[in-house]
Amino acid sequence: MTSRFESIFLFVVARAMVPLIQVFAFYVITHGHYSPGGGFQGGVMLAASIILLRISLGEESYDRFPREAGIVIGGFGALAFALLGFASMAFGGNFLEYALAVPGMGAEELRYWGIFFAEVFIGFLVWGALVAIYDALESGGVE
Amino acid sequence: MTADFLLSRYPYVLIAVLFAIGLYGMTVKRNLMKKIIGMTIFQTSIYLFFIQGATKQGATIPVLDPELGPSAELYINPLPQVIVLTAIVVGVAITGVALSLILVLYRRYGTLDEVELLRRMRESA
Amino acid sequence: MKLFAMILIGILASFVIWGTHDLPERGDPQSPANLGVSTYYIENAYIDSETPNMVTAVLADYRGFDTFGEAVVVVAAALSSLLILLRRRRREDGSEGGLFSEVDAQKAGPDPSTSPSGGAP
Repeated sequence: MTSRFESIFLFVVARAMVPLIQVFAFYVITHGHYSPGGGFQGGVMLAASIILLRISLGEESYDRFPREAGIVIGGFGALAFALLGFASMAFGGNFLEYALAVPGMGAEELRYWGIFFAEVFIGFLVWGALVAIYDALESGGVE
Repeated sequence: MTADFLLSRYPYVLIAVLFAIGLYGMTVKRNLMKKIIGMTIFQTSIYLFFIQGATKQGATIPVLDPELGPSAELYINPLPQVIVLTAIVVGVAITGVALSLILVLYRRYGTLDEVELLRRMRESA
Repeated sequence: MKLFAMILIGILASFVIWGTHDLPERGDPQSPANLGVSTYYIENAYIDSETPNMVTAVLADYRGFDTFGEAVVVVAAALSSLLILLRRRRREDGSEGGLFSEVDAQKAGPDPSTSPSGGAP
């Protein structure tokens, strides 16, 4: 449905902005312990970078980020988050209690890393889900 | 007296105005697209209601400052922020589902007007 | 009709404003919402999980189950959006095409050699 909007400025600016947005999004996801940020915010920024690619490049962006990849990434994030929750149940804790038995780590440090991986998986999930919604709407649907 | 009440409750008054605008859009407007816009305005009023209940006079953002120490009256309430943070992303996803539903309706019936849509649905049934 | 609905919504909004007279003032540190479980979160977030940002600690640790439910809602919304709008196209050898195959085929124009696999009338 979308074709590339023929403007050299849009093309150049989008190519320059997308990597910066993605790097900043990974910073927001992984730095959520110390500053405002986290998986939801960073995931939305990653999705925004992909949508910027879609708008500026049109169908050329399907080679760089395939349309089928959105829901795959989102489903991976949800599955990994669920497995993280069940992993602590396997070690005798409650769901998402991060009570894993890792040698040499106290309970506080385990919860720190549990929060870190939960945020990363939430980031993947939001990224994939929003890109999938955009691609479904942008395709226009079947008759 | 009324002016005092409104001045001391101005966030609630603004939230009620947004609430009324959203409700008007959802119930009175006949175009389904405008109903979705009304729904998002309604959602925004609820987010603002939660967020403004989290503020505390003279408190800072809920990130621990080692110089201040963990004292409850120095940080604003983190709980409504968490709830609204998840609710915003869920609201975007819900808007996406609503848009895909009206996209299917438009492709099949060629209109988004509520009354016209119901008439065409009855005709084709 | 439109005027009637406006008046009705205006009455409802004024009831909402009137109902706020016993809600706490803005920024009141002693309001019930600021006294309950949130004081525990503020005082113990760093002790329990070494995380200075209390929002992250509440989001992913204390209320992780709530966050998990919300996250599953987001993925379910994405899946339902795809299921509403897309349909796979059956190839000539009987296998199913990609997620966007039917949309792309319709955009490319009618092709009599293949037929949609779904329940199109």
